[in-house]
Amino acid sequence: MSTVFPQWEVFVRARRGLDHQHAGSVHAPDGETALRAARDLFTRRQEGVSLWVVPSTEIVASDPADVDALFGPAADKAYRFPTNYDLPPEVDHM
Amino acid sequence: MAADLLTHVLRQGDRALVLSHRLAQWITHAPTLEEDVALANISLDLLGQARHLFTYAGELEGEGHDEDHFAYWRDASEFRNPLLVEQPNGDFAVTIARQVFHDQAAVLYWESMTDSGDPTIAALAARARNETAFHLQHSAGWLIRLGDGTDESRRRAQAAVDAMWPFTSELLGADDEGALRADGLIGESIESTWQVAVADILLGAGLERPTSTEQCTGGLHGAHSEHLEPLLHEMQGLARAHPGATW
Repeated sequence: MSTVFPQWEVFVRARRGLDHQHAGSVHAPDGETALRAARDLFTRRQEGVSLWVVPSTEIVASDPADVDALFGPAADKAYRFPTNYDLPPEVDHM
Repeated sequence: MAADLLTHVLRQGDRALVLSHRLAQWITHAPTLEEDVALANISLDLLGQARHLFTYAGELEGEGHDEDHFAYWRDASEFRNPLLVEQPNGDFAVTIARQVFHDQAAVLYWESMTDSGDPTIAALAARARNETAFHLQHSAGWLIRLGDGTDESRRRAQAAVDAMWPFTSELLGADDEGALRADGLIGESIESTWQVAVADILLGAGLERPTSTEQCTGGLHGAHSEHLEPLLHEMQGLARAHPGATW
């Protein structure tokens, strides 16, 4: 089988109440097969209660070259952090 | 002579062990890395089932034999597996066709054994049926994709189904286990359910259900094809060269 199957990103939810987390990727001809492969590769040791697979081509990713433009400006905006604000003493242990 | 429970347990244990070894032979040869892991996982599940069955066989036999005795120290004529599982892997389609026929029978078998009057087997069945249900999803999923894939994959899938079909009747039970059934130790016959379920999978795969009624049997009574001995030679060689070795 020389054909390379499409790639799928695998997300695993470890427990009820938690979010799905990216775990890795698999190659498979379709979603169902990708799910079964993901089950074998990422939940062997009871790591999960739920699986998602998403075609890797459907993920729109940010460009590493844009790091400064996208994420840099957050650095000097202290007002976005709760620690920037003095709380009145009446608000105890918030 | 009617088969006793020990014979029944060995038939099931040998089925699981021999098929486990066949699937293990795929490791590093499967079409993709993902499939390598999938086949290895199924192989290990079957090995686990075989170990439980052999341990129980040792208890039933009462001669102090452990699981290793049944796996490594019996010759081909003492094995009681159905002929299907010793058939060579062939191409991927042959392995998948063999697996579909086996897995569908195993799913129904373990389901029927959850009500066994034998508590040890019933407990094993409760676990094995979940494992086997996943095995069937895997194999049936592939057969449908091969049958519904390219002209080449369809041609190979049909050839594989035709080649494995003559080995299926033994999967559906032995003719000498009526007394075990009457005693409630084994469940109702799975034959008609299996026929319907397999016809359904073949239909979904766009493959023809073979019309041939000729069947090869004998494995359940120790009469095997020429393929079992080389398999056992490979599987048992290390244990026989170093008896009692542990690592």
